[in-house]
Amino acid sequence: MKISVRACRLAAGVLLLCSTAIAAQAATTLETVKARGKLICGVSMGTTGFALADAQGKFAGFDVDVCRAIASAVFGDPTKIDFVLTNINTRFQSLQSGEIDVLSRQTTMTYSREASLGIDFGPTVFYDGQGLMVAKSLEVASAKDLDGAAICTLPGTTTAQNLADFFRATGKKFELVVFENPDENNNAFFSGRCDAVSSDRSDLASIRAASKSPNDYLVLPETISKEPLAPAVRQNDSNWRDIVSWSVWTMMAAEEKGITQANVEEKLKSEDPEVQRMLGITDELGTMLGLDKAFGYNIIKNVGNYAEVFDRNLGEQTALGLSRGPNAQWNNGGLLYAPPFR
Amino acid sequence: MSTSGFSGLFLLRDRRIREVAYQVVCIAAVVAIGWYLFQNAAANLARQDIATGFDYLSREAGFIISETPIDYQPSDSYGRALLVGLLNTLTVALLAIVLGTVVGTLVGIARLSKNPLLSRLMLAYVEALRNVPLLLYLFLWYSAIIFTLPPVKQAIALLPGVFVSNSGLVVPAIVWHSGFWTVIAAIAAGVVAAFAWRTVATRRRIATGKAVPGWPVSLTLLVLPFVIAIAVFDIRFEFDWPELGRFRLTGGAHLKPEFVALLLGLTLSASATVAEIVRSGILAIGKGQREAAQALGLSSGRTMRLVILPQALRVIVPPLTNIYVTTFKNSSLAIAIGYPDLVMVSNTIMNQTGQAMEPIALFMLVYLGLSLATSLLMNWYNARVALQGR
Amino acid sequence: MSTMANSGEEQIAIRAPAQSGGLGASAYFGTPANTIVTLLCLALLALAAKVAVSWLVINAVFDGTPEDCKASVGACWPYLTAKLRYMLFGIYPFEEQWRPLTATALFILAITISCIPRLWSRWLLLGWVVLLPVLYLLMAGGAFGLAEVPTSQWGGLPLSFMLTFVGLVCALPLGILLALARLSNLPAIRILAVTFIELVRGVPLISILFMASVMLPLFMPDGVTIDKLLRAQVAIILFAAAYIAEIVRAGLQALPRGQTEAAQALGLHYWQYTFLVIIPQALKTVIPPLVSLFIGFFQDTTLVTIVGLLDFLNTVRTALRDPNWQGIAVLEGYLFAAAVYFVFSALMGAYSRFLEKHFRVGYD
Repeated sequence: MKISVRACRLAAGVLLLCSTAIAAQAATTLETVKARGKLICGVSMGTTGFALADAQGKFAGFDVDVCRAIASAVFGDPTKIDFVLTNINTRFQSLQSGEIDVLSRQTTMTYSREASLGIDFGPTVFYDGQGLMVAKSLEVASAKDLDGAAICTLPGTTTAQNLADFFRATGKKFELVVFENPDENNNAFFSGRCDAVSSDRSDLASIRAASKSPNDYLVLPETISKEPLAPAVRQNDSNWRDIVSWSVWTMMAAEEKGITQANVEEKLKSEDPEVQRMLGITDELGTMLGLDKAFGYNIIKNVGNYAEVFDRNLGEQTALGLSRGPNAQWNNGGLLYAPPFR
Repeated sequence: MSTSGFSGLFLLRDRRIREVAYQVVCIAAVVAIGWYLFQNAAANLARQDIATGFDYLSREAGFIISETPIDYQPSDSYGRALLVGLLNTLTVALLAIVLGTVVGTLVGIARLSKNPLLSRLMLAYVEALRNVPLLLYLFLWYSAIIFTLPPVKQAIALLPGVFVSNSGLVVPAIVWHSGFWTVIAAIAAGVVAAFAWRTVATRRRIATGKAVPGWPVSLTLLVLPFVIAIAVFDIRFEFDWPELGRFRLTGGAHLKPEFVALLLGLTLSASATVAEIVRSGILAIGKGQREAAQALGLSSGRTMRLVILPQALRVIVPPLTNIYVTTFKNSSLAIAIGYPDLVMVSNTIMNQTGQAMEPIALFMLVYLGLSLATSLLMNWYNARVALQGR
Repeated sequence: MSTMANSGEEQIAIRAPAQSGGLGASAYFGTPANTIVTLLCLALLALAAKVAVSWLVINAVFDGTPEDCKASVGACWPYLTAKLRYMLFGIYPFEEQWRPLTATALFILAITISCIPRLWSRWLLLGWVVLLPVLYLLMAGGAFGLAEVPTSQWGGLPLSFMLTFVGLVCALPLGILLALARLSNLPAIRILAVTFIELVRGVPLISILFMASVMLPLFMPDGVTIDKLLRAQVAIILFAAAYIAEIVRAGLQALPRGQTEAAQALGLHYWQYTFLVIIPQALKTVIPPLVSLFIGFFQDTTLVTIVGLLDFLNTVRTALRDPNWQGIAVLEGYLFAAAVYFVFSALMGAYSRFLEKHFRVGYD
């Protein structure tokens, strides 16, 4: 009778294999995405400014716009996306297993992730660093004053370690409270269970923006680590990695060249040879990657340039109120430096 | 089945062969599937450059754990971090088992109270706990603690040196300068001596029928070693009083809200099930037993304690084992509210090393061992209870 | 994981006789001790009622903005109305939410009909066979002009129902086979079944979910992926099968040997007598504990929250992230979820007791 158990399991397995939920990948990610007609993008479970679904279930945010740029590059249509909510534990697994095509989820590029997780990172889309946030009422001006405080954090790969190192270096003690989930983490901070919360500065801005009264909270000046956030793709698919990278660089270069969502039509008549190449007027750069030659035009038309995306989701006039800081163009004192389109 | 007129012997051989064939095919299938999965995993790991093996256990962990029953620093190894997690799991689960059993037994008895108000109230208690998921309760308790209690700066002083706030309960701690183990040994000796006397006294009373002084002697035996220890040995300790520092209460012993919420959730959940088991256990004891005990002039409390419960134990213990195993397994929900148990520590290790299989396999193995150990222990206890019943 | 505890003792508890007597005042005020107990209970009830009424009604905000709620110490009803659709259906496309609503309503209706023992027949089974694809089509779309909605956007109450129901429907046959295997005379088969059952029952569900969500992809051949929802579903099926196997085994062992012997004497083949004679009888006796087990599994599906699926508990939690309501209505959200789980679990519990009585009457 056990035979039939096995037989049933086998049959179940075959059924599973046949069901639509299982997808066998074609040779390259680009082919898979094109065949499917949709990009599957892994984003976070809900972070103000980076990826958050509104009451109608429509996604918006910085990470979401990176996805939209890639979808525009591939399909010329920023809506051909399925968003998959990934959590901190399983985000890399989702990518490795092919469940998502690209992970755009405030993820820090590090050596060991590239080397041992079977993934590759695209260009840094946001230069971030770990910081600390406190309630203003505590009257703390610097992280060095936090001797003996309780600090809430999420179990990121290095968040807790950076804190430990920072406090060890300054000879201070602290109580660490680690949460698996951002909801408990934020609740614990706002309720006063913890005196401070530590995360990437962008994330702190997001937590602050989502609070009842953002003005009651202060992000301390210290940045205790480097956190370059970048989209990630599966290892060993350089064509797909190039597409993701150049989608990002298109937005950066567009800002540098002064091309915006509004004026991109006029810029089609631009005399600048690089702008002409970017927008697909001359040369067919897009086809080298298996894309439409107008992929640059599509990205800017549908999503906008880097500055527009930044200002829309994270900028001074949004709830997060972040300044460009290191995320300004290289010729403006920042770190953004898109390679040339030629 | 053969329908031709062959001998029965042939038929038997035929069936045996068939049975053997069934088993061989079955095992072959399991081995084949296992081999297939193993091959896939090996290929995937190699292709994606994912590290394998248990080497990580000896590498530096680098992260902080908020509750450490044993000494642990971020510079210690992953192996030691796991040990800390395991000890945290054991602490909270064992406490929940003990408290849950006590509360559950009381509720179970109260469920059978002749007072309809009390029994209905207890029914409501049991139903409320059993019809809502434990995970939801954990979130609820944790939110309730951190949102309804004041922040540490406005901590409520219940007693001098005892503070409660949304950062937990803080009580004065005893700091031993010397003689800690002497005191422990003295207390242990007292308990053993008192217990031994009670057993001897009961036996003698049964044998001779004469009253033997019970509790005065027991009490003396209990306290005497302690007094001697204090008189003879050099014992020095002082209280560490909690004080409000710049941010937190410093000093004293802390009970963190994560621990309290988890313990509360596990205890209540276990107590509801224990209550139902105790109730059905008591109901399984014939009415005659109770009537006989009352006819002998025993009060209802003593009837319960001396006559009903000891017999009910035989019915109660086997399902109790299930609850204890369940409580161990449920303690893994700690991860949801940030109590660093085995699963939470393993999860952090998974995040840091990028290795998923080994940590998961490891903690599954530990839970399997805990389940097995609980079952064995309870089976042993059950055998003892059953023997006494005869 | 509360399942195990739920399975066994429910039916024992029911056998208890109803409270004897106790109609007169003596039941409340018979002895001094009893009077004190009554008074204490009354005091407790009064306190609970006072807290509940002042929180739910007197101090509550019935209509207003998040600011009104922040200022008030009572319950915040506007939060529930504002977030109800998100809590029930998660990130399912807003304009399409009539689909999960219809699917859930159909499902509850079908379950209710199926709960009446008098209606149990082949036709009912056939009805389910027709209904399930319809429900799937409603949810997934992609045909008959319904827009396609990928499983990654399913969430809320329909997802919880689906995880429970599909899990148990698939686990039942697997569990029966495991139970048969465990009672088999063939040692190899018995050992395999025992190993599987004890292994699964010995570890927490969360570890199996972790395994399914993190490890399973590694065991698939290159290029084959199973989506997140299905992975969790598979984990729940395997988990449920081990528990069902133990309940079915108890039912099988409770059957008198004569049944098997009589069937064998009639010359029935193993498979014939097992599935025509033994299993139907065994299943009938284990229906009440199975329903209790289902309650446990309905609650256990909340654990998928931890691996990041948007089940009902998780949509309730993520609804709290709305910047406008952050930290204002945490207790309201959780209590709402608790109420929903309570209603469904208590209904199933009452049904389990009804079945218990129904079958006993049938046999007596």
